[in-house]
Amino acid sequence: MAQFEIKRLVPLELFGYDISFTNASLFMVLALVLISGFLIFAMTGRSLVPSRIQSIAESVYEFVAGIVRENLGEEGMRYFPWVFSIFIFILTLNMLGMIPGSFTVTSHIIVTFALAAMVWIVATGIGFARHGLGYLKLFVPHGVPIWLMPLIVPIEIVSYLIRPISLSVRLFANMMAGHTMLKVFASFAVSLPFVAKAFPVLFTAAFTGLEFLVAFLQAFIFTVLTCIYLNDAVNMHH
Amino acid sequence: MIAAMTVLAAELPGIATDVAEALDEHKSGGLPQLNQPDFAPQLFWLALTFVLLYVIMKRVALPRIGEVIEERKDRIQRDLAAAERLKGETEKALQAYEKALADARSNATSIARQTRDSLNAEVDKERKAIEDQLAKKLSDAEASITATKDKALASVKDIAGDTVVSIVSALTNLSVSKDEVNSALAASEK
Amino acid sequence: MDPQAAKFIGAGLACFALIGAGIGIGNIFGNYLSGALRNPSAAPGQFTNLLIGFALAEATGLFGLLIALIILFG
Repeated sequence: MAQFEIKRLVPLELFGYDISFTNASLFMVLALVLISGFLIFAMTGRSLVPSRIQSIAESVYEFVAGIVRENLGEEGMRYFPWVFSIFIFILTLNMLGMIPGSFTVTSHIIVTFALAAMVWIVATGIGFARHGLGYLKLFVPHGVPIWLMPLIVPIEIVSYLIRPISLSVRLFANMMAGHTMLKVFASFAVSLPFVAKAFPVLFTAAFTGLEFLVAFLQAFIFTVLTCIYLNDAVNMHH
Repeated sequence: MIAAMTVLAAELPGIATDVAEALDEHKSGGLPQLNQPDFAPQLFWLALTFVLLYVIMKRVALPRIGEVIEERKDRIQRDLAAAERLKGETEKALQAYEKALADARSNATSIARQTRDSLNAEVDKERKAIEDQLAKKLSDAEASITATKDKALASVKDIAGDTVVSIVSALTNLSVSKDEVNSALAASEK
Repeated sequence: MDPQAAKFIGAGLACFALIGAGIGIGNIFGNYLSGALRNPSAAPGQFTNLLIGFALAEATGLFGLLIALIILFG
């Protein structure tokens, strides 16, 4: 599990807190630089007929905008920059983690939990800001008989409170399980004799492809669920 | 195959320890993800990078992309509108052309009919004129034939009178005047 | 029982959660496919829902896997 280890590259301290520049920090900064650099560089031309690199940037934009529009409607485009930042940040961190020998920031529960908690707090804050205490009606679904309420309402409340946990654990467990799996099979390649080494190698190669899919899929799922939670807060369809 | 299996079986415990080692290299610390002293720096850098990313996205990167896409959409909308307008014009022109074509066709038929009618009338007129002429010629001819016949008949009477005079004078030596003969002939004809 | 052995057995038991995830994911994709074959034109519109369902089903299994990892290394 050495790949998940945090290494302090530059020890730093602020007001008694440890804010050392670690390998995780390095990859977060790298992601920030790559994303900003790519998106800004891609749009330098700003041509009406996009160049190859510009059309990549635009299709990422359109992809996230499509998710936001589909779940939140045109009005939800107000939250688009935030959702886009979440998507591109997680996607880039996941993809950077796929480079052999690199560090996967999203395989750390604290990072994914912080992101999920941010989503949950922002969504809940928007919900209360828009609907006041009426937002609590979210826990009382329509069309449920009164005698079921004592059962349904606690379930709704628990499922609402558990959202940041399920959101963060999904991303964390997927990334960690995938990387651990690759590691285990790669270690088979070392220990198996002769020709048999080929099987774990082939499997690892195939599984790496699947992991790229998972890396994208998890960023996508995180974004879609963010939009769904936001939709609960903004529109309260229930 | 069997040999390979036995080799594999012999290796299995080794594999197991390898896996255990692979997963367990730093057993002392447990899962690196649950190492609490590592939380603070990660949270700090996550907050820093994410806020920076959000600000850059919101202020710089996304407006640029949105602008270009918006502009393209507008342009396409404009072009589509222009195309729509041109299409309308084309349709109008096509309609005008078709109308002109229909007009011309009806014109042509009417002209043809008129021409046919006038030609027919002329032909009729001519035919009638010719027929009239022929009829007139026929009646003229008939008149001249009757005149000639009458004349010939008159001449026959004349010649007959002359002949009677000559015959009477030759046979009887009497001189008979032509008037007498004529009246006698006329009496016999009755 | 050796506590170390009990730990491994517990981790193995926790991985049973993945049975449910497997069934769930199989169900989702199987039903999506049968629906898509009946009405191919409606299939692309449901692709997002498919992925969400996949993620939700997978997450429950991963919770169990997480417990196993925590037992093993925590």
